[in-house]
Amino acid sequence: MDIGFTEEQELLRETARKFLDAECDSRFVRARMAEGAAVTDEFWQKLAVQGWLGIVYPEADGGSGLGLVDLVVLMEEMGRRVMPGPFLSTVLLGGAAIAEAGTSAQRREWLPRIAAGEKKAALAWTEPALRWDAAGIALPARETEAGFTLSGTKLFVGDAHLADVLVVAARTRDGSTMEDGVSLFLMPKDTAGLTITLLPTIDETRKLSEVRLDNVALPAAFLIGDKHAGWAPLSRVVARAAVALCAEMCGSAQQVLDMTVDYAKLRVAFGRPIGSYQGVKHQAADMLVAIENAKSLTYYAAWALDQGVDDGPLAVSMAKAAASDMARRVAGTGIQLHGGIGMTWEHDLQLYFKRAKASEVAFGDASWHRERIARLING
Amino acid sequence: MDFADSPEHAAFRAEFRRWLEGNLPPEICVDDAADQRVAPDRETLEKRIAWQKKMHAAGWVGISWPEEYGGRGASFMEQVIFDEEYFRARAPVLPTASALNLLGPTLIHWGTEEQKKRHLPRILSADELWCQGYSEPDAGGDLASLRTRAVDRGDHFVVNGQKVWTSGAHFADWCFLLVRTDPDAPKHHGISYLLVDMKTPGVTVRPLVLLNGHRHFNEVFFEDVAVPKQNLVGPLNQGWKVAITTLMFERSGAGGRDHAAQIARLAELARQFPNRQEPAWNDSHIRQQLAQLAIDVKALQVTRLRGLTRRLRGEPPGPEGSILKLFGSELALRIADFSSTLLGPYATVDAPTEAVPDAARWHNRVLGARQYTIAGGTSEIQRNIIGERVLGLPKG
Repeated sequence: MDIGFTEEQELLRETARKFLDAECDSRFVRARMAEGAAVTDEFWQKLAVQGWLGIVYPEADGGSGLGLVDLVVLMEEMGRRVMPGPFLSTVLLGGAAIAEAGTSAQRREWLPRIAAGEKKAALAWTEPALRWDAAGIALPARETEAGFTLSGTKLFVGDAHLADVLVVAARTRDGSTMEDGVSLFLMPKDTAGLTITLLPTIDETRKLSEVRLDNVALPAAFLIGDKHAGWAPLSRVVARAAVALCAEMCGSAQQVLDMTVDYAKLRVAFGRPIGSYQGVKHQAADMLVAIENAKSLTYYAAWALDQGVDDGPLAVSMAKAAASDMARRVAGTGIQLHGGIGMTWEHDLQLYFKRAKASEVAFGDASWHRERIARLING
Repeated sequence: MDFADSPEHAAFRAEFRRWLEGNLPPEICVDDAADQRVAPDRETLEKRIAWQKKMHAAGWVGISWPEEYGGRGASFMEQVIFDEEYFRARAPVLPTASALNLLGPTLIHWGTEEQKKRHLPRILSADELWCQGYSEPDAGGDLASLRTRAVDRGDHFVVNGQKVWTSGAHFADWCFLLVRTDPDAPKHHGISYLLVDMKTPGVTVRPLVLLNGHRHFNEVFFEDVAVPKQNLVGPLNQGWKVAITTLMFERSGAGGRDHAAQIARLAELARQFPNRQEPAWNDSHIRQQLAQLAIDVKALQVTRLRGLTRRLRGEPPGPEGSILKLFGSELALRIADFSSTLLGPYATVDAPTEAVPDAARWHNRVLGARQYTIAGGTSEIQRNIIGERVLGLPKG
């Protein structure tokens, strides 16, 4: 047993922190918020040079072949800086789905170019009748002589507007279970019948879109993996992305706590620093407890998925439920303890609060995951 | 990052688990060992002493002590595995547990050869039982302000004063006692560490019964109690330093309390127990709460392991250690509260009932769990400690 990070992982953390401190300060983040893209080509290329855009892909596909525990380290640092842009959607969702389910030709076509920063991907899986399991995928893909025709709406698709290719989850048949009959498709951005509309959402550093498919015809070669059997790889991708997001949430929350503690030491009220009052101090202590516990569950989930142990799905839901509640509480308490200044546009807490809220509800909120945990522990 | 046992540790775990399976008598098993650290009666105590002797004969007592003093020189990780397996098997806390964890290592570090020879074997064999005389009515969280006096009378000290919250003093043959030997020195510098025979004239033990009716704690009064000088441990007036060494040996977090068994039982009850004609499990409010408790139990377990890793690596303690006491004790309370949400009036019955055969367990949890957010530093003090020592916020 050794529940800590290796020297290599600590080195990755240090490198990431230095890089992001230099390249991703709050002025940079705020500038990206104001733009549709939320990323610059220059910044994206720098991420490629760091090797981060292919960090979890196999070396044969142009990646670094690192595990989820390594990724957790990087995500915590990205969270500390509320790194804007489509890292999650391109690298960990769209690209990861191609890596997980794609044929060797599809992987060769996309993954080295994603890792090099030349192409971006996104994953279109959630729909207006929002749920985070296989039953949530209802959009029909009808089989035709030439391939498939897809019609319907995908909602809350991360960074679809930036993607060169969408990975779309659709239903190819009503199988005996909800899992049976889900298929994954590649959909290049210029496909006829594909309309992407940006949604004005709370976290403008990470844009969400509505994706409308109006009789979109796809050749059979654009099917990813086995027909009807797309849920298994998709659920693996989503589980890993959810754990990565948990790590990012922990990193952001740690930064909120650090900012809050610094402020509580400096800000004087009634002749004393506010941090000396137990009403403030005890809330800061509770923030730390929540963060440490969410980190613990995130690390365990990352290890469990890397190792393929039996309780992996349970571990993911525990991590996400804990991180979701933690993120909301920590970001909210951070604002409360800052007082009025914490409510201003000028203060950086807004960036963290908005990211926390968006992340809290992504991949299922705490209630969703507690329900899943109850099902899993019920045997 | 590796949550699995190494092959050596897995073998050690398997060996001890097997031994427990073959040797632990079912009639002495307890559901929540920490609630019964002190045996409820003499008959139970005798059974537990017999159990300790059996363990000792097989070499399973005091495993982290050096071999020359009767231990196995077990590593810290082996001690952790030992504790996990021991409580997993529902074995009761050993009658000399506090002496094994605190006094023994202190004597090994500070004691004279005579003290070691006299006491260490009897701690291992449970031939003599000990109590810990630290807290006083006006010295709880602020222990160093203790006032029990020991006056130098040549070849002995004369002790006068009162201790409180003394676990198991009514069964104890000996007491390891902190006394003030120099009232003029700054409070941490006038304390000494004594070993006191509880049969000495002038020692009076009065029960301090808890709200659940358990006799666990006592008040201990010292009235002109003569203690031979050879029973001083470590240098005169340096008892604080000696005691701190003791507290460092307290394996806070090692083994720890694991509430997973309670959650598993509550989940089972939720599936069986009717709540308005349906299994309580069908109520999403019940499922949500159970799932949250399961999450928190796992979080506590992993946070504890992270703290252990730091210790095994020889790194300075991180924030994990400080939060275990706070979070663990509050979690124990929430589990107890949930049991009454789930079971309603059944959780208030101190006897088996048809619908809930283990109703008394939950009744005892509801009452007993209250102590853990108080004993060993209240949750309020823990939050101050975290705020000040971990986060660096100014003192109030």
